[in-house]
Amino acid sequence: MADIQISNLVKTYPGGSERATDDVSLSIRDGEFTVLLGPSGCGKTTLLRMIAGLELPDSGSISIGGRDVTYLPPNKRNLSMVFQSYAVFPHRKVRYNIGFGLKMAKVPADEIERKVQWAADLLQLGPYLDRLPANLSGGQRQRVAVARAIVMDADVLLMDEPLSNLDALLRLTFRSELKKIVQDLGTTTVYVTHDQSEALSLGDQVAVMRKGRIAQLGDPLDVYDAPADRFVGGFIGSPPMNFLDAAVSHDGGTLVLGEQQLMAPSILRSFAGKDVLLGVRAENVAVNSTRSSGDVAATVLVVEPMGSTTLLTVEVDGHPLKVQAPPTFKTAPHRTVWLGFAPNTMRVYDRETSMALEAS
Amino acid sequence: MAVEAPPTPAATAAPPRRRKIPPAVLLIAPSVIFMALLLGWPVVQGVLQAFRDDQGFTLEFVTRMVQDPYFWPAVRNTLLLIVVMIPLQFALAIAMALMLRSNPRLHKVHFFVWAIPLALSDLAAGLVWLAIFNDRGYLNSVLSWFGLQGTSWLAYDNQTSMFICVLIAELWRATSLVLIIVVAGLQGIPKDYDEAAQVFGAAFWQRLRHVTLPLLKPSLQVALILRTILAFQTFAVAQALTGQNFPLVVGETYRWYTGLQNPNVAAALALVILVVSMLTSIFYLRALRDQNQGGLR
Repeated sequence: MADIQISNLVKTYPGGSERATDDVSLSIRDGEFTVLLGPSGCGKTTLLRMIAGLELPDSGSISIGGRDVTYLPPNKRNLSMVFQSYAVFPHRKVRYNIGFGLKMAKVPADEIERKVQWAADLLQLGPYLDRLPANLSGGQRQRVAVARAIVMDADVLLMDEPLSNLDALLRLTFRSELKKIVQDLGTTTVYVTHDQSEALSLGDQVAVMRKGRIAQLGDPLDVYDAPADRFVGGFIGSPPMNFLDAAVSHDGGTLVLGEQQLMAPSILRSFAGKDVLLGVRAENVAVNSTRSSGDVAATVLVVEPMGSTTLLTVEVDGHPLKVQAPPTFKTAPHRTVWLGFAPNTMRVYDRETSMALEAS
Repeated sequence: MAVEAPPTPAATAAPPRRRKIPPAVLLIAPSVIFMALLLGWPVVQGVLQAFRDDQGFTLEFVTRMVQDPYFWPAVRNTLLLIVVMIPLQFALAIAMALMLRSNPRLHKVHFFVWAIPLALSDLAAGLVWLAIFNDRGYLNSVLSWFGLQGTSWLAYDNQTSMFICVLIAELWRATSLVLIIVVAGLQGIPKDYDEAAQVFGAAFWQRLRHVTLPLLKPSLQVALILRTILAFQTFAVAQALTGQNFPLVVGETYRWYTGLQNPNVAAALALVILVVSMLTSIFYLRALRDQNQGGLR
């Protein structure tokens, strides 16, 4: 087990003009579960592959456990990895696949056998040890890939979208199983995904990436509650964060939305008179059918009952907005509802840079 | 229009006895006929020619074939060539294919250059190498340029150097076929397997032995069968380089047919090649068959 220090990593693919990773620095503590999250093409997989040694950076450095591994070949890095495609060797039985890394490391046969058995029990692969991967389901092959990775006493466990080829239900059950396994192992883990719910549920820290850079690095709940910029807020959360054009009043005490006003968060006192972008999550807006003081009027456009909540698309001052109401809330399109915004859940962004505004 | 009569019980119980040809037979009929005409008939003709004369069945031609002083040297040379050439060709082709896979600069150009011999007729290839290996050929010229005394590489009494010349020419000419099959096979293997093996600590030779070669097995099998069968038929290159001095089985067939005007012995020789080729194919198919049922997908 070891920590990972990544500094100023730059990688441009041959023939590409944009940097796949653009001066990325990241520090991962020993035993920490870090998720690299971002849309496709954001450089998250490139970053993971550079940690694995499957790609070499143009500049910058990677060290694992204090050892500089930047240009070491993958087999000298003491890693293990779960691939998106599983990459379970099709010509070998499950038993051999799980023990592959140990065999390459010339571990004695009885020890390999013991560890394979342990991993197979942990991942419920016991009955399948003597099968070929072709005779397994996708979920079972995925388990083989995970078992193969965890039998190694690797410094770092890398996972490249390991759940993305599973169906929705299996993904959900295996996700919590995976979290427990990795927690018990305590190995430093880097996990790549484009699925924000996976990132939030698994990670100790989440690095949201965009265009080769880390847009925000932090605790999952911080990233969710206080997105550092408009991109992160729009990428994380289902539905994503709402963004509304607003202006801070001249005394800094209220936010002006068209012809309506609401209480401004206290940090806006230093931005009096400025045009801003208001970011608010659907579940942080209280929806009422009657008006109370400070509420904003909105017209219902769409009503989507989701079971546990009812998702409303409403219009405020010409801007669509997604809000959550309790499932018992009765309304219909074209009706007017009243929205209550709690100042402490509102986030405010600079309209030009899209960056979060902080009290100066 | 007559109103359709209700089916009588007798008609449903006992359908008309007319034999209809099953559609499956109809579907395979064209290829069966094709194979019979173009493959089966010549084989039958060949067998008849080798074992029948005016009086009927005879072993005369086979006896003549075996007693001919060139027969056993031809068999020996052919087998020797195969045993030495096939492993060399596969080692070369696999090494070249792995080099191409690592995407060096201009790898497409390399691939085309390496594939050129495939487009060349084997007689032309033989003549090219003759220009190199003959007494006043390029090889001896280069040697004398370095102040070295050349030798008669293709002299009738120097079996070893003749063998090496034929071997080199055949290696040059026919390795590209194996290369192309291996390259195609390698392209069909997802890169992930090799990467997974790397991450799990396998060094180059370990990856080659435990991952790449086993996954390449279907392609290697095809290439082996093709190359071995074609190697039994090696003819034009040796003919151009050595004429009669380094006899091979197909060369003998040709000599009996055209030189000695004896199609019967020629047919017997051709049958030897057919039988040996078939046996080798069966051997390869069995030896390289997936031990595990289900196989590769």
